[in-house]
Amino acid sequence: METAIPYTVKPHPVTGIPNGKFGIWLFLASEVMLFGALFSSYVLIRTAAPHWPYDGGLSSETLNVPLGTFNTAVLITSSITMVLAWASCKMGDISKFRLWMAATIGLSLVFLVVKYFEYADKFHHEHFPSHDNFYGIYFVLTGLHGVHIVGGVIVNTFLLTVGTRLWKTDPEHFTNRVENAGLYWHFVDLVWIFLFPSLYLL
Amino acid sequence: MDATAADTHHESPEEFKKHLGKYYAVFVALLGLTAITVGVSYLKLNRPLAITVALIIASVKAGLVAGVFMHLISEKKVIYAVLLLTALFFLLVLLLPSFTTLEPHHSLPGT
Repeated sequence: METAIPYTVKPHPVTGIPNGKFGIWLFLASEVMLFGALFSSYVLIRTAAPHWPYDGGLSSETLNVPLGTFNTAVLITSSITMVLAWASCKMGDISKFRLWMAATIGLSLVFLVVKYFEYADKFHHEHFPSHDNFYGIYFVLTGLHGVHIVGGVIVNTFLLTVGTRLWKTDPEHFTNRVENAGLYWHFVDLVWIFLFPSLYLL
Repeated sequence: MDATAADTHHESPEEFKKHLGKYYAVFVALLGLTAITVGVSYLKLNRPLAITVALIIASVKAGLVAGVFMHLISEKKVIYAVLLLTALFFLLVLLLPSFTTLEPHHSLPGT
């Protein structure tokens, strides 16, 4: 096909990798800049603040550490299930792929539900992003991260359902798509690995 | 072609199974390091030390996710180049705000 995207399976002669993988890494580089800018803002705002949190006490008293720890474990587990979903494709087992991908999506939704309860509790006490910089930073950082989780859920759900059609015609191409989705997903996990201690523990 | 130890492109399903062990090992390590991070936070270390320890543990976890789950440990040079450039610019973005708090060389009249 003349209009087919080239190098979806065969490595590109210049980069040595398929185009999709190169593309997703470039995208992740831009994501590093996005979250990096927010992290540096957090550092600047926090070091200039008279108290942190502004209302007094500690971050670990204001934010729910057990829930945050649970969510960290949930995301880490979703990362291994994502790897296993890709590994199942590499080993030619499409039903195992469905199992592990469904697990990944399920765990992502658990993460979002926990975040919903955390946010609801804050809103119930009238602690909105506008309350002060502590809450502003907390909601923007975790909110943006949450939006990224939703994006990942959408892509992973596509791969689990409609997208699996590609497995029948070009299994290697499909496997590469799963790998690329995995790279994005691990990055989302990576961001949380830094977010959790920065916001909840320190 | 750069064939490395973890180049799984041309492996059979049976050969690929060998890699699963290291993925499970990293998973267990990540959970353990999470427990350590939370445990250390209860020690109520002084601020600079608490930040240093937390960031070191987070970096180790990040290294495991990036190196093993994201296959970075055996990636092609072009990806390393992209990430090196990203790291440099990220460092710049992180340090940029500090330039706004430096003293000016010359004060304007009346200020």
